Amino acid sequence: MATAAASTQSERRRRKSTASILLTFLGSMNLAITLLVALAIASVIGTVLQQGQPYQDYLLKFGPFWFEVYEFLGLYDVYSAPWFLFMLAFLVVSTSVCLVRHTPFVWKEMTRFREHQQERSLRALGHRREWLVDADTETVAATAETALTRQGFRARRKNKGDGIMVAAMSGRSNRVGYILTHLAIVVICIGGLIDGNLLVQWQHWTGQLTVETRDIPVSQVDDSSKIPPRRTAFRGNVTIPEGGRAGVVFLRLGEGYVVQELPFRLHVKDFRIEHYDTGEPRSFESDVVLHAPELDEPIEQTIRVNEPLVYDGHAIYQANFGDGGSRLGLRAWPLDGGEPAEVETHVNEELALPGDHGRRLEVTDFEVFNIHPVPEATSRREVRNVGPSFTYRLRRPTGEALEYENYMLPVDIDGDSYFLSGVRRSPGDEFRYLHIPADPSGGLDRFMALLQQLRDEDAVAAAADRAMEDIGITESRVRQQVGREAHGMIQTLLESGFDAVMAEQQQRAEARGGDAPERLMDFYRLVVERTLWEAYAQVLLDEDIDPAEPAEEDLVFYSDAITAMTALADYQAPVFLELTDFDHRQATGLQIARAPGQNIVYFGSLLLTVGIFLLFYVAHRRVWCWVRPASGGAQVLLAGSSQRDPMGFAKAFGKLEGDLNQRFGDRRRDASNGVSGDST
Amino acid sequence: MSTQQILGEDTYDDRGFLARLSLFDWLWAAALLLGSVYASYHFAPWMDRYEHGILYLTWASTVAIGWMWKPARLFTIVVAAVTLFAVMRYPDLAAAETDFFLNYLLSSQAAIMWMCALFLAAPVVYFAGLLGRAAFLERLGTAMMWLASGAGLVGLLVRWWESYLIAPEVGRIPVTNLYEVFVLFAFTTGLIYLYYEYRYQTRALGGFVGLIIAASIGFLLWYHFVQGAHEIDPLIPALQSWWMKIHVPTNFVAYGAFAIAAMIGVAYLIQARMPNAWQRRGLPSPEVMDDLMYKNIALGFAFFTIATILGALWAAEAWGGYWSWDPKETWSLITWLNYAAWLHLRFTKGWRGTPMAWWAVAGLFVVTFTFLGVNIFLSGLHSYGEL
Repeated sequence: MATAAASTQSERRRRKSTASILLTFLGSMNLAITLLVALAIASVIGTVLQQGQPYQDYLLKFGPFWFEVYEFLGLYDVYSAPWFLFMLAFLVVSTSVCLVRHTPFVWKEMTRFREHQQERSLRALGHRREWLVDADTETVAATAETALTRQGFRARRKNKGDGIMVAAMSGRSNRVGYILTHLAIVVICIGGLIDGNLLVQWQHWTGQLTVETRDIPVSQVDDSSKIPPRRTAFRGNVTIPEGGRAGVVFLRLGEGYVVQELPFRLHVKDFRIEHYDTGEPRSFESDVVLHAPELDEPIEQTIRVNEPLVYDGHAIYQANFGDGGSRLGLRAWPLDGGEPAEVETHVNEELALPGDHGRRLEVTDFEVFNIHPVPEATSRREVRNVGPSFTYRLRRPTGEALEYENYMLPVDIDGDSYFLSGVRRSPGDEFRYLHIPADPSGGLDRFMALLQQLRDEDAVAAAADRAMEDIGITESRVRQQVGREAHGMIQTLLESGFDAVMAEQQQRAEARGGDAPERLMDFYRLVVERTLWEAYAQVLLDEDIDPAEPAEEDLVFYSDAITAMTALADYQAPVFLELTDFDHRQATGLQIARAPGQNIVYFGSLLLTVGIFLLFYVAHRRVWCWVRPASGGAQVLLAGSSQRDPMGFAKAFGKLEGDLNQRFGDRRRDASNGVSGDST
Repeated sequence: MSTQQILGEDTYDDRGFLARLSLFDWLWAAALLLGSVYASYHFAPWMDRYEHGILYLTWASTVAIGWMWKPARLFTIVVAAVTLFAVMRYPDLAAAETDFFLNYLLSSQAAIMWMCALFLAAPVVYFAGLLGRAAFLERLGTAMMWLASGAGLVGLLVRWWESYLIAPEVGRIPVTNLYEVFVLFAFTTGLIYLYYEYRYQTRALGGFVGLIIAASIGFLLWYHFVQGAHEIDPLIPALQSWWMKIHVPTNFVAYGAFAIAAMIGVAYLIQARMPNAWQRRGLPSPEVMDDLMYKNIALGFAFFTIATILGALWAAEAWGGYWSWDPKETWSLITWLNYAAWLHLRFTKGWRGTPMAWWAVAGLFVVTFTFLGVNIFLSGLHSYGEL
């Protein structure tokens, strides 16, 4: 068989057809190495450019021109790009050709002992040693054969004329290693190809499948974006809220997704996160029930990270988690005065907020635990739970939205507690937090009462009146006028911040202050400060606290409250949303995959491992021992060489040489005649 | 045929490998087995059947290594004895500060600091020995390398125990974050180097290999003191798997071997500039260094292949697919392709010498990026050891 293969090989070569030139090219080592290096470089792209992001993000990042170029090159999913797959296929073809062309030679290498070697050519080999032994050729040849066998060689004896040629080789499996490794690459690539998403890509390309980009319920997805249950490979994700069911997964494709229908339905009973004492998550697990028509009893199992549920070739993994639409009870405190309103909503729901500001509320997330490091922590293990939080967007009628993050409970900062609410313009920014001081009972009431006082024109006028009485201004016309001005300045403070009030004071002072505007400015500042205090005093009075003898905490509250008031301008929300109660509902993120090529890939991996060890740790070696009668005994020539592993061979040859030397022992008649080869 | 006889049958020791083993070899293997059996009963509540399998696999490979490389036997005995001594004095974490031995020598932090000190000093001593042609200093270098590797291994073993002292559910094998794998890298590289030092009977390359270990120690110390990375954190769910126990150590055998190959490449290139001066000082001949470079890359490649396959098997269980083109996976593939190309050129084109040495050095940069760069610059599923 080997001979037949070899002869067709040579015939082909003689013909020198285009096919043979192509075959030679495909099987050439230069091509193989070029492909290896090219694949390595191409693979870098996908690690530098984040794969599978929303197209909008790429557009923002690269601008319209480069976005198009990169999209054309398939860089957003580079490992499925036609050119990348083509390169992989090229490697497979090249390896296969290499394998097919070389296997006959390898087979010959493994099976032929080359006992027809001439003495002349043996003398040309790198390692040689000669002895003259006082024994007959049969004995010497048999001794050589034994020595070779003991050193791990397989030997074959052949009588040639009056001499005996003992041809030996060891490590034939090294050549098997060559076949296994290269076969492994082909097998692994075929397995990988089976598990790739080529089929879906093809259907998309030929228009049988359209990509859905909208975030809509599955029931509304068009049938052209749905794939019925199938036996081929896919890998997709689905998020199921606790108590919810699903019979599909979403496969990411291009700029959107397609819906893969499953031959079973999953019901998620519960999702749990367990925590270590330090607050880090310890386990994520989902209790799921799998219903399938062919099952008499549904399968109930808990899926954990590292412990998937496997059913009918589908592996179901715990991939991530999120909120499954928790119910949130909110109290919307208007920041422009007025009574709070109770609102109920769910995560991922949107609704119009009460009030005439036209804002819509979109709650995006809810967290029960927020583990943060203790402020003055010396080690990473000092953490605390600051309680539930939720994030939401307030969208103006124009479509712009700011994002907020509110904590349910006041957070302790340097001994005082504050309600924190973060605001940011875009997801890329950091939240900037509004610190609203919690009142002694731990609520928002006092702050909101003060805010209401300051928003109420009559209340401010009354406070200003009391303030001016304190200062000692008696003229009622001045008191009325300044009272109105104080209200205006406080509104400026609430709406535009501290700097704006300063500017307004300066403007008013310059307009009316005559030759000493500075004094008038100081006066205005004093009036505003006193008015604020008097408004606060009223709030305290309403709480039955004597403002004349405020407690330390009331003073701290006052200064924190004024700081928060001046920051309201940057907060840019018409309401403050207080989280009053919630029903937590989580959602589990499952990944469901079918990989029929998996076992092929594993088999290939096994071949690869075995092959590599054979290649590296079994050396293919050949030596010849030529024994011919000489005067008074036998002349022995031991010779061999190795291109691939000269040092290992030298060692093995030296051992063999020593063995024979010892075996011939005192039968050696003429040791000096032995030509020790250039065994370096 | 009748005249045929076999010469020298009586004089030559042609016993097989097993028959040539000494009584000590067998006793040592039996003692290790006894220890493994004890561990597998004593710690049964914390182990699943895969972990029992891994325990006996570890025993078998340790025995195989010790039988082929005799000094490893003493090493395992000393490391085992010292670790047991430390564990016996370690009923709770507070003992690390009150017990003299733990505080200064054997708590994981103390042992790792000793490892750092010894690994930093070893290349200095080796180079002093090489440049000053002082055989004694070179022998001292070898001793330091052994001690440092032992201290590192003891440090990790004791750290394993410490993790259970924090809380039983926190306990895990200490190969789970960048700090721990740097310790692993340092002593694995040290041990692989010592093996080749023994096989090739040359201490001249110790300084070169010591340099790359010292570099990793430098990083380790920075990571310890600036980032406080030495603290034992509990394991995130994705890493709670017995695959960890084989995937990571296999990978670090490969990284260590690649690093040694690169440093021999450096030595090769330096010698190529002034062959006589260096060879006089005892640096091995270019052929020997070339061979060593190949041996290490082959070892690295074989283990890297296994590690990547193990990683794929694990990924199939944890991430929903054996291959996700995650940056770490992709860079592993790049590293693999790089060395595959290197080996092809050597095998089939017969390339040797300077270009291959340069390539081995360049290969270390690819490996370093796979090992470290991916964690620093790229994000993905594999981002456990963040900086």
